[in-house]
Amino acid sequence: MKVAVVGVGQTRMGEIWEKSLRDLSLEAGSLALQDAGLEGKDIEALFIGNMSAGRFIGQEHLGALMTEQAGLLPIPATRCEAACASGALAFRKALFSILSGHHEIVMVGGAEKMTDLSTGQAVATLASAGDQEWESHIGLTFAGLYALMARYYMEKYGLTREELALVPVKNHMHAMKNPYAQYRYEITVEDVINSPMISDPLRLLDCSPISDGAAAIIIAGEKVAKKFSSPVWFIGGGHASDTVSLHGRKSLSSLSAAIKAAEIAYRQAGVKPKDIDMAEVHDCFSIAEIMAYEDLGFAPKGKGKELLISGETKIGGRMPVNTDGGLKVGHPVGATGIKQIIEIVRQLRGKACNQVRDAKIGLAHNVGGSGATAIVNIFSREGG
Amino acid sequence: MHTSSVPLYWRLQKSKYGLFGTKCLSCNTHFYPPKPLCSECRRKGRVVEHQFSGKGKILTFTIIRTAPEGFEKQAPYAIGIIELDEGAKIAGQIVGPFERLATGKRVRPVFRKIYEDSDDGIIHYGMKFVIDGKS
Ligand SMILES: [Zn+2]
Repeated sequence: MKVAVVGVGQTRMGEIWEKSLRDLSLEAGSLALQDAGLEGKDIEALFIGNMSAGRFIGQEHLGALMTEQAGLLPIPATRCEAACASGALAFRKALFSILSGHHEIVMVGGAEKMTDLSTGQAVATLASAGDQEWESHIGLTFAGLYALMARYYMEKYGLTREELALVPVKNHMHAMKNPYAQYRYEITVEDVINSPMISDPLRLLDCSPISDGAAAIIIAGEKVAKKFSSPVWFIGGGHASDTVSLHGRKSLSSLSAAIKAAEIAYRQAGVKPKDIDMAEVHDCFSIAEIMAYEDLGFAPKGKGKELLISGETKIGGRMPVNTDGGLKVGHPVGATGIKQIIEIVRQLRGKACNQVRDAKIGLAHNVGGSGATAIVNIFSREGG
Repeated sequence: MHTSSVPLYWRLQKSKYGLFGTKCLSCNTHFYPPKPLCSECRRKGRVVEHQFSGKGKILTFTIIRTAPEGFEKQAPYAIGIIELDEGAKIAGQIVGPFERLATGKRVRPVFRKIYEDSDDGIIHYGMKFVIDGKS
């Protein structure tokens, strides 16, 4: 059996003080229903990706709460957590619920409300996705973990500070046209290397922001999906794990879970890296996008920067990456994995803000923590 | 908002204060932080306690300037991934002037305060690293 995305909806991302997690989730879910031309009663189950509502807003038990909020009682609801990969995890669990024959039409949401806390509290909450006893406990933050990888990578492969800045410069440029983006302004390499130091060598403009936001999609089994005008088909996916701690890893310059997840996804989809027309990769910090190019097979190890220098991953290039601006549009952690799928759906429908000409196959790469969870999903315009 | 439970630190004090980890006698892999199971050998492994010297070298480092709650007063502070001489890797704060920080440098452990919960809260101690005088 095949599964397709038949509806998408998202909120704007940013510091949305006037809206609660409940408001944001309802907004994204309603937009997805409208986009699909479905009604609430058509939804058979709800899956929601959320990292840490318990710490961000003191609210657990989100599955049932969101079902109630959306007026979808009494359908079954499941909250999925894998740090920043919670969204893609929720998609995967929803997918399996259809493939197993239990459901035909399911809603998958992702949401996070991060700005109710102070920056220090939010940074500490995010750090709880790291190794609490041995890394977070010594004051190691997420920017710190990626900074450790960045320095290691830069020294090993000769990546310069200016070359690393090409990632946020490109993604800011892409976000200019994205109406949902938290930041819509162009930046230069000089802006990046002169922005405040957060965790050496990473600076403010290397980091994804702390954001509120929600995203939702509706997925359906083949029989139902074929009745929709422009279904976007799931053709392969992979999910792999690694140590939660960075110090426990064999490699500090690649994410082995992402390499494994990609390998499984390509095999299932029957496609190769060169067949991908556009990709959404988890650029939570600049270095992460360069490692993603290599982990996903877009570039050989140590050569990821070449794709930026040549412009191949820019809009108009051979294989644009993060066409909506990536995580520079905001990173409400639980929503990110779903937001990535939404951008792929828009691209494959031909309705994206930075449209890639004749995009047929898109790939989403969602990473949890500093690489302990990686989920890769591949979608196709054709295949129903 | 790191966990500040007294029982948690009571449980971890031997490994945190005394640098006790484990090693697998079957394949000679060393684990610090301690692991009770050798993932390579699994049930064929024989995992026993091992006290580390804490000596090693800096594989990579950073200076944290935007600190999490509880560490704001300490910022900026340096953290590195240290490869211990026995082969295990650990993250640790590196004390001393930032100018001396460089990958490859030799370090040794020092016992230091990690943080205070509050002015009248628990004071957490543990190992940090200092760069060897020679290197
Ligand atoms: Zn062993």
